[in-house]
Amino acid sequence: MSLLQVTNLHATVGAQDEQKAILKGLNLTVNPGEVHAIMGPNGSGKSTLANVLSGRPGYTVTEGSMHLADADLAELEPHERAQIGLFLAFQYPVEIPGVSNMEFLKASVDSLARARGEDQTNTATFIKHIRQLATSVDLDPQFLKRGVNEGFSGGEKKRNEIMQLLLLEPKLAILDETDSGLDIDALQVVAEGVNRYKSENNGVVLITHYQRLLDYIVPDFVHVLADGKIIQSGDKSLALELEDKGYAWLT
Amino acid sequence: MTRDEAIIKKHTEDVYKYGFTTDIDQERAEVGLNEDTIRYISAKKNEPKWLLDWRLKAFDVWKKMESPDWAHLNISAIDYQSISYYASSKKKQYNSIDEVDPEILKTYEKLGIPLEEQKMLAGVAVDYVMDSDSVFTTFKEKLSEAGVIFCSISEAVQEHPELVKKYLGTVVPQRDNYFAALNSAVFSDGSFVYIPKGVRCPMELSTYFRINERNTGQFERTLIIADAGSHVSYLEGCTAPMRDENQLHAAVVELVALEDAEIKYSTVQNWYPGDENGKGGIYNFVTKRGLCGGARSKISWTQVETGSAITWKYPSVVLRGDDSVGEFYSVALTNNRQQADTGTKMIHMGKNTKSTIVSKGISAGRSENCYRGLVRISPTAENARNFTQCDSLLIGGECGAHTFPYIENKNNSAIIEHEASTSKVSDDQLFACQQRGIDSEKAVGMIVNGFCKEVFRELPMEFAVEAGKLLEVSLEGAVG
Ligand SMILES: Nc1ncnc2c1ncn2[C@@H]1O[C@H](COP(=O)(O)OP(=O)(O)OP(=O)(O)O)[C@@H](O)[C@H]1O
Ligand SMILES: [Mg+2]
Repeated sequence: MSLLQVTNLHATVGAQDEQKAILKGLNLTVNPGEVHAIMGPNGSGKSTLANVLSGRPGYTVTEGSMHLADADLAELEPHERAQIGLFLAFQYPVEIPGVSNMEFLKASVDSLARARGEDQTNTATFIKHIRQLATSVDLDPQFLKRGVNEGFSGGEKKRNEIMQLLLLEPKLAILDETDSGLDIDALQVVAEGVNRYKSENNGVVLITHYQRLLDYIVPDFVHVLADGKIIQSGDKSLALELEDKGYAWLT
Repeated sequence: MTRDEAIIKKHTEDVYKYGFTTDIDQERAEVGLNEDTIRYISAKKNEPKWLLDWRLKAFDVWKKMESPDWAHLNISAIDYQSISYYASSKKKQYNSIDEVDPEILKTYEKLGIPLEEQKMLAGVAVDYVMDSDSVFTTFKEKLSEAGVIFCSISEAVQEHPELVKKYLGTVVPQRDNYFAALNSAVFSDGSFVYIPKGVRCPMELSTYFRINERNTGQFERTLIIADAGSHVSYLEGCTAPMRDENQLHAAVVELVALEDAEIKYSTVQNWYPGDENGKGGIYNFVTKRGLCGGARSKISWTQVETGSAITWKYPSVVLRGDDSVGEFYSVALTNNRQQADTGTKMIHMGKNTKSTIVSKGISAGRSENCYRGLVRISPTAENARNFTQCDSLLIGGECGAHTFPYIENKNNSAIIEHEASTSKVSDDQLFACQQRGIDSEKAVGMIVNGFCKEVFRELPMEFAVEAGKLLEVSLEGAVG
């Protein structure tokens, strides 16, 4: 069975009276072990796809279907989608002042464990584990005590997302421009994190504008999303071609 | 339906968890208020003449006063003649828990504070007030070993009249305000604490107040005196059963800290807030004030307010002793149609006096939450300092938060700092939590608890845990 199956997905955004169609018949299949890159012009609907899949309020699916393994995503609340293994690394991670990173992550891990009927990790084990993960993405463990993303730099926020990916070990990871705004070293840290997460059992959807990231995380497929549809798919050579020629020749 | 509407709708369907009533034999005064009512109360309590005269004087004062102007509160008139001013359980003076009316015990169990368990809670002496009378007092002996007096104020009137007479009304005079005057005339019962010189009270003193009898206004009177060099921490917690009509609650709490003494007074208040339209909730008009009478004394108020339909409450400190310290840490949460107008007054009179105010207001539903604070620096208060921080958190789009800080500074050497902020629990924050598997209710609880951290830190351990839970319960359904 495929890991992610998106079929003829149409979605709109906005309040009832002024709905705007963004996704217009999108198809995507991700099998276990695969890395898919999604590229495309600004405003083409890449983040919208990620938001619709993860159930962000404000979007309406008007047609088509989306499944994670055998679960119909449309029937699940956002937190339930997370609990069955859907992970979104945000393009713009949000700050939650007053809630420490540590507390947030423990709540997250506990919720996932509870949903799966597993035992909660004991706090000491958890702290040890999360400290190691922080160090592995080049974040000082001191960051764990700070409010979630509170006052983090752009790059720190992105590394925090990857740390969460490594902690939660989801089935499907959607990374929305996690490479944007990173310096060269941070880019490598992030890529190395994703490669560490990757296995034959899970899948990665990488939304990016830059071929550069794909030098580090090698995709099995590259798709071009334009005007709410995938208009071209290929292997990693497509990314190189896009780097060269832009999107104009496709649209 | 917008998200906010959904939030509100879901919440308003929630039912107050502690809404139930208990049938107990009660003795009560005739409904209505006149001199005879006051004589009846005083006679019932077998009070000395000076106290009856004191009550009657207060009644005279009250009759001449006008009900205050409600500022930010939306309130319908209270009919003072339709209230019964005295109710007490017929059975009194229990020597053992077996003698306590089983109905009362059941009530406490439903509230999650079974007496049995409370008794075992090491270090906490519990003085229950069911309606107007103290029902049961524990740990008395251990306290008396230390010389600490902790009893009902009625008992104190009988056993320690000289102390009551010396301090009653010295911090909150009868004419202080409308509700203080009313309380002085008809007060039923409450707690009395005296900590002798140099004594550190060996345990935290705790009172659970509970309004139980239908149609009975509660007029507690609490008096705490910390003699020179002593130290006491006092906890007050409340919850009340569901009601149809509004219930008036007008308590007076007076604290006196002499030289080098310290009083820490913590409250978790969870009275019935009314239904989704605010119907049936409790009106809570409380006058709480502490006097730092001696040099280097310290009074600290910490409160977590989640209940009542209407709250009107300004725990204050008069800093008369040189180098004395006043603190106010507050979390006030309003939901549905609740209205809260709360804050503090810090009156600096002595030299080098210092006050700290940290107020956290959380508004959800269609509630209105208002902070009103006064910092007054008198001409005599050389080198006074105040730091005030007022933060508001809004959940949903139909609630309100207002901040009214008043500063009256009559001394140039004073340093007064004020910080304020307003934030909103955003949909983006909630979604970020949900995307990590945390449901929205838990997420709001986490965000709200984070917001209140600085105040919770000031609460005694067991109260802090309770307070965190209380906020979550109070916000249940506040998000969709
Ligand atoms: N909440 C919203 N209300 C109105 N329009 C929206 C909303 N969210 C997205 N859109 C619009 O939908 C379109 C697609 O946006 P989306 O964020 O999915 O683009 P993207 O492909 O991720 O672009 P970028 O590469 O710039 O990140 C844009 O035109 C955007 O303005
Ligand atoms: Mg985007």
